[in-house]
Formats: sequence, C-alpha cells, structure tokens
Amino acid sequence: MQTPPITPGGDPNLTGERIPDSLAEVRSPRQIRRARRRRALSTFWAQYRKSKMGMAGLIILAFFAAVAIFAVLASKDGLDPTLVEGPRLASPSTTYPLGTDSFGVSVLTQVIQGSKISLLVGLVASVMSIAIGALVGIVAGYRGGTYDTLLMRFTDFGLVVPWLALAIILASIIGPSLITIILVIGLTSWPGTARLVRSQVLSVRERPYVERARALGGGNWHMIAHHVLPNVMPVILANAVLVVAIAILSETALSFLGLGDPFSFSWGGIIESAFNGHATTLGAWWWIGPPGICIVLVVLAFTMIGFALDEIINPKLRER
Amino acid sequence: MSSPTPRGTKLAKGATILEVEDLHVTFKGRVGLLAGLRGNKGTQSRAVDGVNLQVRKGEVLAIAGESGCGKTTTARAIMGLQPVDAGTIRYEGKPLPRNLKPYLRKVQMVFQDPTGTLNPRQTIYEIIAEGLRIHGIDRGPGGEPEEQLVAQALSRAGLRPPDRFFLRYPHELSGGQRQRVVIAGALVLEPEVIVADEPVSNLDASVRGEILQLLMKLRADLDLTIVIVTHDLGLAWTVADRVAVMYLGRIVEIGPAEDVLLRPLHPYTKALLDVVPEAGGLERPILTGEPPDPTKIPPGCRFHPRCPVVVSGKAAELGIEAACRGEDLGLDEINPGHLSACHASRRLGARAHEAIVEAVAAIGREAGSDPGTDADGSPDGTPPGSSAAT
Amino acid sequence: MSVLSLKDVHITYHTAAGGVPAVRGVDIEVAKGEVLGLAGESGCGKSTIAGAILRLLPSKTKVEGSITLDGEDILSMKLGRLRAVRWTGASIVFQGAMHALNPVQRVGDQIGEAITVHNQAGEREAKVRVGSLLEQVGLPTRRAADYPHELSGGQKQRVMIAMALACNPSLIIADEPTTALDVMVQAQVLRLMKDLQRDLGLSMVFITHDLSVLVETSDRLAIMYAGKIVEEGPATAVFEDPKHPYTAALAAAFPQIGDLRFRGNPTGLGGDPPDPQEIPSGCPFHPRCPAAFADCQRTVPELYTAGAGRRAACLLVEGAHTGAAEVAE
Repeated sequence: MQTPPITPGGDPNLTGERIPDSLAEVRSPRQIRRARRRRALSTFWAQYRKSKMGMAGLIILAFFAAVAIFAVLASKDGLDPTLVEGPRLASPSTTYPLGTDSFGVSVLTQVIQGSKISLLVGLVASVMSIAIGALVGIVAGYRGGTYDTLLMRFTDFGLVVPWLALAIILASIIGPSLITIILVIGLTSWPGTARLVRSQVLSVRERPYVERARALGGGNWHMIAHHVLPNVMPVILANAVLVVAIAILSETALSFLGLGDPFSFSWGGIIESAFNGHATTLGAWWWIGPPGICIVLVVLAFTMIGFALDEIINPKLRER
Repeated sequence: MSSPTPRGTKLAKGATILEVEDLHVTFKGRVGLLAGLRGNKGTQSRAVDGVNLQVRKGEVLAIAGESGCGKTTTARAIMGLQPVDAGTIRYEGKPLPRNLKPYLRKVQMVFQDPTGTLNPRQTIYEIIAEGLRIHGIDRGPGGEPEEQLVAQALSRAGLRPPDRFFLRYPHELSGGQRQRVVIAGALVLEPEVIVADEPVSNLDASVRGEILQLLMKLRADLDLTIVIVTHDLGLAWTVADRVAVMYLGRIVEIGPAEDVLLRPLHPYTKALLDVVPEAGGLERPILTGEPPDPTKIPPGCRFHPRCPVVVSGKAAELGIEAACRGEDLGLDEINPGHLSACHASRRLGARAHEAIVEAVAAIGREAGSDPGTDADGSPDGTPPGSSAAT
Repeated sequence: MSVLSLKDVHITYHTAAGGVPAVRGVDIEVAKGEVLGLAGESGCGKSTIAGAILRLLPSKTKVEGSITLDGEDILSMKLGRLRAVRWTGASIVFQGAMHALNPVQRVGDQIGEAITVHNQAGEREAKVRVGSLLEQVGLPTRRAADYPHELSGGQKQRVMIAMALACNPSLIIADEPTTALDVMVQAQVLRLMKDLQRDLGLSMVFITHDLSVLVETSDRLAIMYAGKIVEEGPATAVFEDPKHPYTAALAAAFPQIGDLRFRGNPTGLGGDPPDPQEIPSGCPFHPRCPAAFADCQRTVPELYTAGAGRRAACLLVEGAHTGAAEVAE
C-alpha cells in the first residue's frame, strides 16, 4: 500500500466546479492524462484522509511494512537454534524484549522475520486470487450466455469446495512449502471476487456509454479496457484489500496445521511451534501471544482500509 | 473546414445515402429450460416488422411514434447495435459489410440520455478523443494533432473556449452541455449521417431549442444528414424535412413534413396529432387503449382495432371494412413523395384526409377502442410488451 | 375563500455546502374549483412548493412565510392534525407512479388502506368505495385484485389518482403526473384528471415543465424561475401572449404544429438555469434573456401588473421600467 502523494491545490470536493487555472494552458494529450491522474489521485487522497478508520489502518500497515523491510535487510543468524545461546523459555527482558522459545531463540526476531513471510504470502496469494477472480468475472459478465453459465457454475463449485481439505491434499502432493500455501490460497479464494466482479460488469455493460462506444465502432477490447475495467477497478481494489486479510488468516491457519514451509518463519508457523512446544501449558504467553496479536493487527488494518475504500467507492455508504 | 481524412466522392444532395429494406427485428421472451424442451418458444415480440426507408443526403428525417412502435429499435439497427432477423441496410448503395468499423465512422449516433451516455470516469477530452482513438486517427488531414481536432469538435458543438472543458468531468456540466459533448464526440469523426434518438427529451424545456438549433446549424455547415427519432410531433414540425410515422413495427405514413403533419393520410397520424397538447386540446378525440402490444400484432391492417375510420362505420360505408380487418397492406404513394399504408387512402387517394377527419369527428371525444378490452388496457390485462425497447 | 394560500414563502434546503434557497418569496392563491398550473424547469422550486404544502420536505429544511389550506395554517400544525390533513385535506399524485405503489400488495388494498387509515370508513365500506373509485378513474372494479406489476403505466397512474381521491380532499397536487407516460396515454390521463376535477369541483395545483400540458388543464398559470414566480395569469393568455421573455422561451419549446414561425426554426435560450446558490444579481433571468438591457443587472423586478388578471416580473412590462428606474436612482 503506497500512500498517494498529497498534491497541493487539489479539489477535495468531487462535485466541486473549481478547476485550477493552470489547466487552461495544458495542451498535449499526455499532459492532459497526467493532469487528470494527478487530480483524481489528490481528490481520492483528500477523501481517504477524512476516514479515521482508514488512516488508522494505513498507519498500522505502514508499521508492519517497515518491519518486514527491516526483516529482509536484517541478518537471519539469530534464528538458527543450533547457533543461539540464549536461555530457554525466558520471559521478556531487556535483552529479549519478547522472551525466548524452547530453543532459546528470541521471539522478537522470529516475529520480525515472520512479518515478511506473512505479508508476502498474503500479497502474492491475493494477487493471484484477484487476477483469477477478475478474469473469470469479466469474461462471464461481459460475454454472457454460455460462457457466463459455465464459468459461474465453476465458480459455485469453487465456493463450496472445502479449501482446507484441498490444501491438505495439495500439500501432501507438492509437499509443504511456501508455494503450496500461496497456491492453495490463490486457487481457493477467487470465487467471491469473481461473483462481485461479474455483477459489476453486468451493470456496466448495460450503461449507455458502453453503447455509445459501440456506436463509435469500438470493439470488445476497447470496451473492456476503456469502460468496463476502469469502472470495475475500484471494486476490485477495495475487494483486494479484504482478500489480503483473508489470505493472511488462511496462511496462519495452514501454517498452524503444519502445511507451511518448515524452514521459514511465519506468524502461523511460530504459533504452531509454540503450540507444539507446550507454550500454553508452560505459561509462555510471550511465545504464543505476540504473533497472534500481529496477525490480528494486520488483518484489522487491511479490513479497515477496505472499509474506508468501500465508503469512497460507494457514495451511498458515504451519506451515513 | 478540415476533416480527419479526405472524404470520398460526395453524393449529390437528395440522393439516397442510407437505405433500410424490409427490416425485421424480433425480441424473444425468455423460456425456461423445461418449457423450451417441450417446444415452447416463448412470446415473440415483433418490434420491427418490415420497415422500408430511404434517407436522402442532406435531409432531416424524423421517425415518430408511440413507445413500442419500433422507432428506437430501427435506429439501433441502423447503427449495428441491434441484431437483425431479416432485412438489408445499405449505405451509399452498398449493403453493410461484416466489419462495421469504417461505416461507423460515417454514421454517428446521438443518444437520449446525455448523462448516461458519458462515462463518469472519463474527462470530456477523453470522451471526445475516444472516437479518434477507436479509428486510429492521430492526425487531421492538415496534420492537426489530436488535441486540435478535439478542440475543433467542442467549439463546433458550441462549447467554447474548448480547452476549458478538456479536464472537466461529465457531472460538472449541465444537461445541455452534456448533450453538446455527445454531439461533439460524434462530430470529431466528420460523419455524413447523424442518427439522433430523442436527442432533447431528457433536457430542460428552455435548453431543447438550443440543441435543435445546433443540429440545424451543423446540418447547414457540414452538409450532414440527420435521422431524428422522436415521440414529439411538434419537434418534427420544427426541424424535419420529412416525417415517417411508425405503428407496431411498420412505417404507416411517410412524406414531406408539411403534408404528413398538416394533411395526414393515415388515421393513426391523425390520432397522434390530436394528442399533441394545446389549448382546449382535451376536447379533441383521444384514442383509448394502451400502446399497442408488439407480441400480438392484429391481422389485417395492424391499426384497425383502434382505427376511428373502422369504429365510426366509415370503413363499412366505403366498403373497405373487410379489407381493414383481414388484409395487411404496405405503403402506397398517394401524393408525390407522400406514402400511406391505409385502405382508406388506397381507395380514396388524397381525399382520405377528409374521410379520416369526418370519421374522427363522428366518434367525438373517444376515438376507437379495442373490442374486448378494459376501458384502458390490453386484452388480457398484462402490460404491453415491455421487451420492445423504444 | 381560497382553498390554498401561500404568502411570501421562502424555502431553504440544508446541505453540507450550506443553505440552498430553492423558493425565494412566492405567493400563490388557489380558489375553490380552480386549477393552477405551476411551470418551470428542473431546479426552479416548483416541486419544493408541492412538498412544502404537505410538509413532506426533509426535516432540516427551513420554510418561512405562511401556507394555509382551507384556512388552516399548515406550517404550525401539530403532527397528528397534519397526518389527518394529508390525504383528507390535500393529496398528491407523483410522477413516479411506477415506484409509488407497493409491489407486493393488491392495488385495491392500497387504495382501501388510504381510506381506513384516515378512519373514513370500516373495512367493508372501504371495499365498496374502492370499487367506485376505480370506476371513477376508468378501471373495472375487478382490477382491485391486481398487483401493480399486472398494470400498465397508464393504469398505475389511474390507481394513483384513485388513491388521491380516496379521502375526498379539497386539493390535489399533481407533480409531473404524466411525464413518464407515452403521448397517447398522457392525453388519456390528462383528460381523466380534468374531467374528475370538473365533476368533483376539485381544486388542483398542476406542476410540470411542459407548458402545453398546463394550457390544456389549467385555468391559471404561474411560471417559476430561480425560486420565484416570474409570470402569472389566465392560462391561454399567458401561453399565447407571454409577457416575460422566459415564458416566451418555455412556450416556444412546445411549438404548435402548423405555426410557420417555428418551421425549420427551433428557438431556445442560451445558457442554463442558475445555480440556486449563485443567483445572478438584478433580474435572475438577465444572463439568458434575449431582451436584457443594462438596468436588468441592477433592478430586481417585482410582479408588475401586465393586463387583466396578469402579472409579470419583467422590467419590459409597460410602466415597470420607468418606475423601477426611479427607484434605482
């Protein structure tokens, strides 16, 4: 999630009549396109900024994104149980702010490294899910007829497949790894997106401006690229944010079941090893608690951002 | 005046530029899977049922009628927006090719609802440039860049100074301005024909005249041919050279506007003229019954169940009642250029006008009623064919 | 005595962007059995007035002035009394007949509800009354058992009219009642309304942008522009010989077939109706007026007498300008 740049002089009011005077001098189509994007972005940002929930989510997310970047750069030496010499199951202290696990590895280091994997899995899996979902939804909605019927029956099938069972089967075939987790999440979470996109496409397809473009001689590609996609994109994006949250939760669940990559740390993986290491019975709350809290926070952040985006996209919600 | 491409050989004014021959469009009702297997075809709505029409270069032709008469469907078929069951559309004498793109540069459409016709996420510039981009035109014939072509189109459509509009969004403009944008979007491709579907009916009354004025001026300046679809005969009177009146998917009368609107030869045209609101107009005869239902086209003359000539007994007097009830008929040329599809005019020629006026007067306020219906409604009480778009 | 009387009514909508003055000082009198046609374009305030008469406007809207119905002050009325007056004193026929009916209730029950809610009759009596109402609007009694989707647009509008008549109101407000209807059906519904009005001696306020429709149905016309009445008088006179340039432009939008002045010559106004938040100085119509002169920018015209029973808010009305010029100096 990149925060859009704040452009001074942007008009925060969508219905505002004001146009910066400098625009009168803008001439070439490229400049026009750029000016338009800048204006759209600043309008969007001004609206987004008004949402307290959205801003809170953005701040939490920025924090974890920074942690993940730090994790990429930081050394991973502290994670190898054979190399660490820390005390076992130590409670939090100044040396180990979040204590250590049963091998004497710092929980804080694990949680920091885990942020990387959790976010990575969440993002990659949801990109995959969104791509499949959007493609299926657009083809079904735009082509209609037999395509629609077939794709939607397939989507219904996807909706009712027990993904956990599928995940276990896939993992046993491919072997537990990061790729497995990403594939399982990506391949099972798209049907919701597909349905959403399809319904949106169906309504856009009937709009008079699509008819106008057809009367101008535009073909299907033109229609999808210039009219359907731009009008469906906001819905896809808002939905994508929520899919990320679900993907991160799914990753946690799969890792907890031991289907994750045994050689990399994810928050779900930490919880799994804590559980197997009897953290609950031993009272090692610092081992099992922090990764859980991180998951809750990140999922919450994505959800809050999703809500804020939804409010901007659906003017009806904005009224409330 | 410059155009994006050099134009081909020009047709002489008055030559047929666009021709519709025996056009049929049917809307099929949805049939459930089981019903379909049992051979149930569902209700078929014959929205356009044999339309023949020649549009002459440089003229303004109005197609008028009630909703459901097939006028909009005809316009959409001309634009290739409506799959056609049968019939031929010719442009400059040649049937439309499979690839409509070159044709759709020459023939442009202006729609009824300017708000819906403009993509809310596009700027005015992008909307106007869309046609150029679809047709891959990046320079005008004189080498003008795209933004100059867009500016020219905007200022021709009366949006000046054009660059003030480039970055605006449709919602920032008034209804009249939006319709000008739609017109500019059509003009940028230098069309020969503009098909306008109810171009002013969604606009405020005081703005309508201006948009019509603009169309008239463009016709004069750019030699445009305009087909205007309207339910408003007053509008036809102000702008049209010729008027075609449609009823239940057919043209029932066509001719010079003065002839059709002042001395109609078809009783339906007369009925339409009688309901144009004006002072004291409510004392004039009004056809009862709902708009006709294209899923149930009556045998014989399709207007006979509502026809004042039949109901008043005038048809019986003329000895044409059996024909009215049982014999379908096409257009006959009654006066030069003035065609009517009516047994009375076939029998009486131009004197049919007086006969129709007499018949209407004989009935008084309530003209013609569909036998076996409610005071107000189609025979079985279902709303009339809603699938037929107009 | 007049059935409806509006005196110096100002109505301001409350929006996030500040107050929007929709009606800016309107006086209206409707006598018993009279039909007043209220014309104007979208945003001129005509529908706002309809809403104000039945107090149907959003709660934050500010309504000033006085509105009396049958001598009773509407604006100070308690809610209970207001409910009784809505429908029994005055009822409304909306433009969206398609959406104003409950799709899952039989139309007969919907009309009956209007009667029983106002305690005008018991269930059984109401049923009889529904039947006669339907006949009055030209629908067979058996239609009472139909659901709205079984009726056509014109039939639904007839049901709406029957509902409006259900409690014998003294005033009916018709807000664009035929706009969504087809020409033929529009003529039928208009005639029905006119016949009912005449037979029952109803008073009516008929609101539409279509001046030609008003000329058919109304006794008197009031033309609104930017929240004010700019011209009023007997319907035919106003339509055929407009004193205000705006009325002239509106009338020209509905040309008479056969009138050679309009043949090949569509006339219209430049510009657009003003934004209610930025009403032009002086005469609000002056930026679009083909006859505007310097004084129009400065002087706000009042409704000057312009012939028998006629008034127009234009400095061109005879005698108005000299007087106005003196005031301006």
